[in-house]
Amino acid sequence: MAEVSVQNVTKKFGTLKALDDVSMDFPDGGFFGLLGPSGSGKTTLLRAIAGFIFVDGGTIRIGEQSVEHVPVEKRDIGMMFQNYALFPNMTVADNIGFGLRVRKVGAAEERRRIGEALELVQLAEHGQRKPHQLSGGQRQRVALARAIVTNPRVLLLDEPLSALDKALRVDMQIELKRIQREIGITTIFVTHDQEEALTLSDKIGILKDGRMTQAGPPRDVYNAPNDIFSATFLGDANILSGSGATDDLRRNEEADIRMPQGFDGKSTLVVRPENMSISLTKPDQEGLSKLKATVVQRVFAGAMATCILQSGGNTIKVIARDQEFPDLSEGAQVWVSWPQDKTIAIPAN
Amino acid sequence: MNSRLLANLGRLWLGLILVFLYAPILVMAFMSFNASQYYQLPFEFSMRWYEKLASNGEIIDAATRSVLIAIVTTILATTLGTAASVALFRFEFRGKRFLQVMLFPPIAIPWLITGTAMLIFFFGVGLGRGTPSVIIGHVALALPYVIVVVSARLATFDATLEEAARSMGAGGWTITRRVTLPWIAPGIIAGALFAFAVSFDQFVVSYFLSEPGDSTLPVLIYTSIRKGFTPEINAISTIIIVISMAVMLFAARFSNFGGER
Repeated sequence: MAEVSVQNVTKKFGTLKALDDVSMDFPDGGFFGLLGPSGSGKTTLLRAIAGFIFVDGGTIRIGEQSVEHVPVEKRDIGMMFQNYALFPNMTVADNIGFGLRVRKVGAAEERRRIGEALELVQLAEHGQRKPHQLSGGQRQRVALARAIVTNPRVLLLDEPLSALDKALRVDMQIELKRIQREIGITTIFVTHDQEEALTLSDKIGILKDGRMTQAGPPRDVYNAPNDIFSATFLGDANILSGSGATDDLRRNEEADIRMPQGFDGKSTLVVRPENMSISLTKPDQEGLSKLKATVVQRVFAGAMATCILQSGGNTIKVIARDQEFPDLSEGAQVWVSWPQDKTIAIPAN
Repeated sequence: MNSRLLANLGRLWLGLILVFLYAPILVMAFMSFNASQYYQLPFEFSMRWYEKLASNGEIIDAATRSVLIAIVTTILATTLGTAASVALFRFEFRGKRFLQVMLFPPIAIPWLITGTAMLIFFFGVGLGRGTPSVIIGHVALALPYVIVVVSARLATFDATLEEAARSMGAGGWTITRRVTLPWIAPGIIAGALFAFAVSFDQFVVSYFLSEPGDSTLPVLIYTSIRKGFTPEINAISTIIIVISMAVMLFAARFSNFGGER
């Protein structure tokens, strides 16, 4: 086990800057998510840590070792691939034992550790199967077992759950986290699924156009995004444009918005949909921000419901438990309100 | 037209193709067991041409030489061709596209021209005619086939398997031996069969490059037909066909050329 540190890493493919001065620390034993849209550089960063890509500049450390010039096979990593990349000609046990055999641990030790790994991923009965005889979820477990059986310093996962269907994905998230906690391995994974990133990670890094826009614990990034991209990429966000104007403009018949601390007159205001509520009349409580809006659509989705509204030029989304919404018809005039401390001010850059 | 009629027409068509392919061969095999030297009927069963063949040192020598040349050619062409295919698959380098494109024209250039060019070349470099020249010529002819067949199989190989093996600490040789080769083995077998067939069937280039008295079987058959036909040729041909078909049927079990089973 080891900590991983990426400092000022740069990688160009032709003229495209795939990684542009990216830095992030991955302390020992943590679970880290790299999140971003496709082409953001998240996979490039993972592959640079793995060693499939040599960076043009900056440093990558695994433990005490600088690895910029160390090839993949000498980095002592475990990696799980998006398509699992199980060897089709080998049994499950031989797949898992591949790295052990390369390390020449001896036949008895090899058998023991394969057994342990199969136990850990709850596939003890499946050692002699071939990959094509397994279900998607089972293949995923084999790939995981294979990646950790050599006790690597760091575990790298490339879109680990994207090939599974939704129900299985949630199960595997819990499973993945259990196994990671059990062996305490530093784990870095790439995903474009923000929910997955929030669920699994101790810390997330958000990438866009090759730059790390924000890194931190998921709750911090969610509650205090430092730019519009982070705010909208991680979770839903209502952006109140026009809020760059002065305080006074926001106090009129249609709106009464309490500016949050740190508001400098030029910030953009962001409010999470679940922090807003809807009422038919103007709420009279002090300390609430209020905005008059027109109901556009109400979407029922089981336990939760979403209401889409229009106010000024802004489209506003409110999410709540279905029974918390008043009886709304399309076109109805309502008031949207939220506590002052739920308004996020994002500084203009 | 109903579909049953269509299916039957299809079967008829397939039957005609098989007749077209195999009828001449069957006639030849049939005649190798006929006592008459001049293909006269009625058929009278006899093993005399096989007996004569067994005592014909010239034909036996030529057949042995052909098989040995074909085996050496197969080993060389398959090894070189597989290595080249893997390199073309794994690495990006300058001139790779050019190299890949240049692999195909030798298949299309008439063997007569290739053979002439090789003859001039081998005399030019001082090697002249002889078995080494024949083998080099055959390897050159067989190589593109091996590369095409093995590359086709490699195209279905998932390159992340090699990455996965590397991530587990395996070096190039281990990856090739334990991951890549097992996957492309059917392609290598098919490529080897092509190489063997190209060499064993080869007439034009062998004719140009072999020394008189050192002929391969096809060259010997050609020259003896010119002198006057003997049913011994039927006999040796029948033996060769039986062996080739056995090898092909054996190989077909390992790879599925001719479509999925």
